[in-house]
Amino acid sequence: MTDTTAVPAASVDRARLARWAQDYGVYAAVAALVLFNIAFTDNFLQTATLRTQLVQVAPVVIAALGMAMVIGSEGVDLSVGSVMALAAAVLPLYIGYGFWPAVLVALLVGALVGVVNGTLVAVVGLQPIVATLALLVGGRGLALVFADGQLKGITNPTLLELGTGELLGVPYTVLIAGVLALVIGFVVRGTVYGRQLVAVGGNRAASALAGLPVKRVLIGTYALCAVLAALAGVLATARLGASDPSAIGNLMELSAITAVVVGGTPLSGGSIRVLGTVAGALLMQLVRAMLINHDLPDSSAQMIQAAIILAAVYIARERRTR
Amino acid sequence: MTEPVLDVRGVSKRFPGVLALDDVSLTVAPGEVHALVGENGAGKSTLIKILTGVYRPDAGQVHYLGQPVGFGRPLDAQAAGISTIYQEVNLVPLMSVARNLFLGREPRGRFGLIDTARMNREAGEVLARFGITVDPRLPLHSLGLGAQQMVALARAVAVDAKVVIMDEPTSSLEPREVETLFRVVRELSGRGIAIIYVSHRLDELYQLCDRVTVLRDGRRVHTGELAQLDRLSLISLMLGRDVADVRRHGLTGFSAHDAGDVEPILRVRDLTVRHQLHGVSFDVRPGEVTGLGGLLGSGRSETAKAVVGALGADGGTVDMAGRRLKRRTPAGAIRAGMAMLPEDRKAEGIIPGLSVRENIVLAALPRLSRFGVVSRARQDRVVETFMKRLRIKAASPEQKVSELSGGNQQKVLLARWLCLNPRLLLLDEPTRGIDVGAKAEVQALIDELAAEGLAVVLISSDLEELVEGADRIVVLRAGAVVGELSGDDVTEDNIMAALAQEAAHD
Repeated sequence: MTDTTAVPAASVDRARLARWAQDYGVYAAVAALVLFNIAFTDNFLQTATLRTQLVQVAPVVIAALGMAMVIGSEGVDLSVGSVMALAAAVLPLYIGYGFWPAVLVALLVGALVGVVNGTLVAVVGLQPIVATLALLVGGRGLALVFADGQLKGITNPTLLELGTGELLGVPYTVLIAGVLALVIGFVVRGTVYGRQLVAVGGNRAASALAGLPVKRVLIGTYALCAVLAALAGVLATARLGASDPSAIGNLMELSAITAVVVGGTPLSGGSIRVLGTVAGALLMQLVRAMLINHDLPDSSAQMIQAAIILAAVYIARERRTR
Repeated sequence: MTEPVLDVRGVSKRFPGVLALDDVSLTVAPGEVHALVGENGAGKSTLIKILTGVYRPDAGQVHYLGQPVGFGRPLDAQAAGISTIYQEVNLVPLMSVARNLFLGREPRGRFGLIDTARMNREAGEVLARFGITVDPRLPLHSLGLGAQQMVALARAVAVDAKVVIMDEPTSSLEPREVETLFRVVRELSGRGIAIIYVSHRLDELYQLCDRVTVLRDGRRVHTGELAQLDRLSLISLMLGRDVADVRRHGLTGFSAHDAGDVEPILRVRDLTVRHQLHGVSFDVRPGEVTGLGGLLGSGRSETAKAVVGALGADGGTVDMAGRRLKRRTPAGAIRAGMAMLPEDRKAEGIIPGLSVRENIVLAALPRLSRFGVVSRARQDRVVETFMKRLRIKAASPEQKVSELSGGNQQKVLLARWLCLNPRLLLLDEPTRGIDVGAKAEVQALIDELAAEGLAVVLISSDLEELVEGADRIVVLRAGAVVGELSGDDVTEDNIMAALAQEAAHD
């Protein structure tokens, strides 16, 4: 069926171009935007500007890394924003015990939500979009209950340092996002779990017949995604200096999905592009920053973001028709 | 004979690469129950799809009620009076029985609103005529599958169908439901409605049908009174084997093995799966190829799947190398030393987006890694060995498996299982859809593996392959073992004879 018959030269070029766009398009776009900003945006190359961009994008990158894995499993996790809010809400409750216990509890709450998500998908057999929608709605409600619906200031110095401090000139949050990208990249490419995840996403029936622990892989993936989201919530809280469960992580699920899709990971599963996801998050961040810097209204920024998403999906579509 | 209600004249249909129907004719008279039979790929579904307006024929004509017709859409065929009932009921499960019966032609009351009371009353009357006593207000999905099928039938009749096509209607029914269905079918036929009945269950055909048309490889090979055709002849027509002249040898790459009285490595007892298997028992010995024979739908694949735990069994035991398998799962079966090559390569075999290498090592991944980190060097050794041994033709191990030919994909899957060093190999249609060269290679490999002492279970629709390949054949029919052949008894004649036996009254 995959006979390579003679194809007109023009369509070969077109196919090659489409393939190139799929593989490297997002990096090229990021590079182009950086060059454009260097040329036309005042003060872009100043460390303060770059820092702000990176600090702002770090939570999105962290959440998107988990999302990329879930999408690679042929699923989606709509609850990441709510998990961020939950993590933010439990932080002040346990910060009295110290920095580490509080963060640990926040991550644990995330893991718990992830296990519930994963169980609903893998064991109960709900569609991922429905299973995680329940926690998208319920998670934030629960967070508001925990927090009594109030914004609470953070006074723990370690937590505040996490949000504002830096190591060798790199903010902690950015550092953490970078390290996590490397770790997830390795997990996906080099571990048994990562390869099994990609196989399950590519063909679940075949994976089950090959004796792969399909349920365990799926539950683990949703748990990992939620832990990463909880971490993003902790970092966002630390940076804000306050726990604000009604605002933290709002629409994060969409930002994360956008980063993953723009980064070239197909929604049909079976492939995970970690570096592409990071680049996708950067791209969306740069676009918004650029438009704001050039005094375009937020509404037009949103429309341009929409155009980029459509372009990314269009490019990905070529992949399957090949 | 009366004027035929449906007259198919010399219809052909070509798909890229295959001639699915080649000059097929079929006439059905009012009130006739006409059996349409044939094995996989015979062209039955293509013919049905032409009759129902899903496909247009490339050549030939369909005459309906004496007029040439060309239905553009399934809806047109339905409106004209050709109804189809599939094995999967295609109604709206969440709507009430009455709504389903009257879907699209609901009785209207004042202001054009649906007159629910009248609809429910009329639905009750219609159903009662078919001997179904259910509350028409219940949602359809709350009914048993058989009752749902009856509703589908009632709907077909209520829309004034003149021809009803039934595609494997009994495959998920209980025996009692089958009885009711047959009664309804007979009543419909008594009212002059023509029925085209597709089924693999010979018993049903002989109970129900007047005439039969046999398709094979897209051609009509026989049409006639069913009563004048004995079972053996019918089967030999379907399979394309001459009853008298079956023995031919040396066409496949198999040779005989003598396992003698070796202890069986696999003992299957009373394996039962609801609607599919009814107490299947057999043994498999190391160094021997055990064939599972039977027509389509006889439960061959289901047996293999239930053995390895890919299909949940309701009863029965599986003993592997003297140890009983408790909670049966594919992973547990692999640990016990079993490997199953599934029938559907695309849906259940390859992971299309991954490379040849990753597809081969998929099941062995935990064994080829340390502390959960995969070892590329160990993978490469295994992959190289098996690509060489099975002569897998790929540009490199990193080529995507979806870009390979069917035969090479099949070899990749075989490699996936062989690199686990299994003691029992279950092969479901290992040579289907692959080219002749690869086919001979795969057959020779099966032979070689058995000679090395592996126990092999071979499932094949190709009688020749089965007879030449298997040392022993367990013949299945309708989910039960109806015979076992070994030694010189392994012949196409004997398989067909076993298949043709009258079913015990159940």
